[in-house]
Amino acid sequence: MLELQRVSAHYGPIQALVEVDLVVRAGEIVTLIGANGAGKSTLMTTLFGTPRASSGRILLEGEDITALPPHRIARRGIALVPEGRRVFAKMSVYENLLLGATPLEGAHVEENLQRVFSLFPVLETRRTQRAGTLSGGEQQMLAIGRALMSEPRLLLLDEPSLGLAPLVIRTIFRTIVALNREHGLTILLVEQNARQALKIAHRGYVLQNGRIVLEGSGAALLADPQVRAAYLDAVS
Amino acid sequence: MGYALQQLINGLTLGAMYGLIAIGYTMVYGIIGMINFAHGEIYMIGAFLSVLTYVLCTALGIGPTPLVLLAMLFVSVAFTALYGWAVERIAYRPLRGAPRLAPLISAIGMSIFLQNYVQLTQGARIKSVPPLWQGGVTLWSADDFRVTFGWAQLTVVVVTLIVMAGFAWMITRTSFGRQQRACEQDPKMAALLGIDVDRTISLTFILGAALAAVAGMMAVLQYGVIDFSIGFIAGIKAFTAAVLGGIGSIPGAMLGGLLIGLVEAFWSAYLSPEYKDVATFSILVLVLLFRPTGLLGKPDVEKV
Ligand SMILES: Nc1ncnc2c1ncn2[C@@H]1O[C@H](COP(=O)(O)OP(=O)(O)OP(=O)(O)O)[C@@H](O)[C@H]1O
Ligand SMILES: [Mg+2]
Repeated sequence: MLELQRVSAHYGPIQALVEVDLVVRAGEIVTLIGANGAGKSTLMTTLFGTPRASSGRILLEGEDITALPPHRIARRGIALVPEGRRVFAKMSVYENLLLGATPLEGAHVEENLQRVFSLFPVLETRRTQRAGTLSGGEQQMLAIGRALMSEPRLLLLDEPSLGLAPLVIRTIFRTIVALNREHGLTILLVEQNARQALKIAHRGYVLQNGRIVLEGSGAALLADPQVRAAYLDAVS
Repeated sequence: MGYALQQLINGLTLGAMYGLIAIGYTMVYGIIGMINFAHGEIYMIGAFLSVLTYVLCTALGIGPTPLVLLAMLFVSVAFTALYGWAVERIAYRPLRGAPRLAPLISAIGMSIFLQNYVQLTQGARIKSVPPLWQGGVTLWSADDFRVTFGWAQLTVVVVTLIVMAGFAWMITRTSFGRQQRACEQDPKMAALLGIDVDRTISLTFILGAALAAVAGMMAVLQYGVIDFSIGFIAGIKAFTAAVLGGIGSIPGAMLGGLLIGLVEAFWSAYLSPEYKDVATFSILVLVLLFRPTGLLGKPDVEKV
């Protein structure tokens, strides 16, 4: 589904990713864990060409997307729920969802709206409300719903639980699992909440200072003493 | 009473034109965060193109008047839009991401260039069009004073209302309008949703220029005379209108245009016509000092 081959990325002189190799296979949930500033968000946005990979190749469903402009990449069945949600605050919930459907150019809008509303009923009741006035949890649901409006085959989630109450986090995680198990959606998940992420993930990668330092199945990483010391015990 | 009513009509007409130009300033500011100082020149080019079309039509013996008017509108809007598009591609796009001063200087350079270009190719003399139709509706008359809504003025106001309504519909209801607003709020996120931000910016310049062209043609109908320098003052006034309404706000630009038009008409009528420009600029200074967000602009309050 997705393959990164020795991908590096820079912000000016700062190197944020160092020759990252990473694979996400169809049907998997893959999680990426790492400390603040490790480069997790950068990895996700580099897939969309912002910043552009300074070396290496990015393959999506076998095709090289490394040099495509961001909006063209977004039209290839890949959708991002970005860090901080980034809903369009001045627009209604409905308009935000319609914008998510941009890659389909008007196809299946009604069906996809209904799917999103059945996943997150609260969005339907808030349909005309300005997104900026939603609660944090509702905004997160909107950001996920917006991404789903384009019928992606690969969904990228960047810290969907950040700043949310435990109850809401549970809803979000349950939704992620359901999307994967029931709808066959392939998911790449970045989480601070490493324990919960590794529990639901098939496989995981550990990123440190822009490098992949460890990879393995979710269970194996959960049991790994290094991972426990650095990312699990400290957090919980 | 009659005199005041006449000034109201004059102010409305003037305000309609300022409002049309102001929308271009406000939209471009909304999407790329800079003042397009060449926008006044775009308006001037719109006016010239409609005069040229008029001259061409008469030379070819094309009539009657409504047909000529449509031709003027069509040609002026189409070619002015092309200029608007070119200005963005040449003067602004290469400087995207550069320090803010760079595009500002480039904008002023573009403005000087366009003025000189028109002066060189069209000459420095005033161009005039004979009044296309005389008379109007008499609204009120007493003794020897009559209040009239001239046909030209009426056309200006009606055309402006139609254009603005259509434009408001496009921005608030269509998928292009939605994408345009998305690019204003968060261009990076918009791109991640598959929106072509560069194309949206181009279209924004094109639309702003098209509206300025309509204003340019309205000026020709209303005044009958233009020269290469009309873009400067009109541009600054429309800019003031945009700031007064709240830069970035489209309804604000329309409202600001109307207010500036009315202030100018009443100031000329009751105080001194020589200082009417001073009135506008005083408003600009006062707004910037005391309410920089304008009447309808509000600082963003967002939950993150
Ligand atoms: N726009 C930017 N300009 C310059 N440097 C940046 C930019 N964005 C990120 N960086 C730098 O790149 C590195 C990786 O940042 P990134 O946001 O990818 O980390 P992260 O793993 O997502 O962290 P967090 O857990 O805090 O979200 C950091 O050192 C950061 O300072
Ligand atoms: Mg991050």
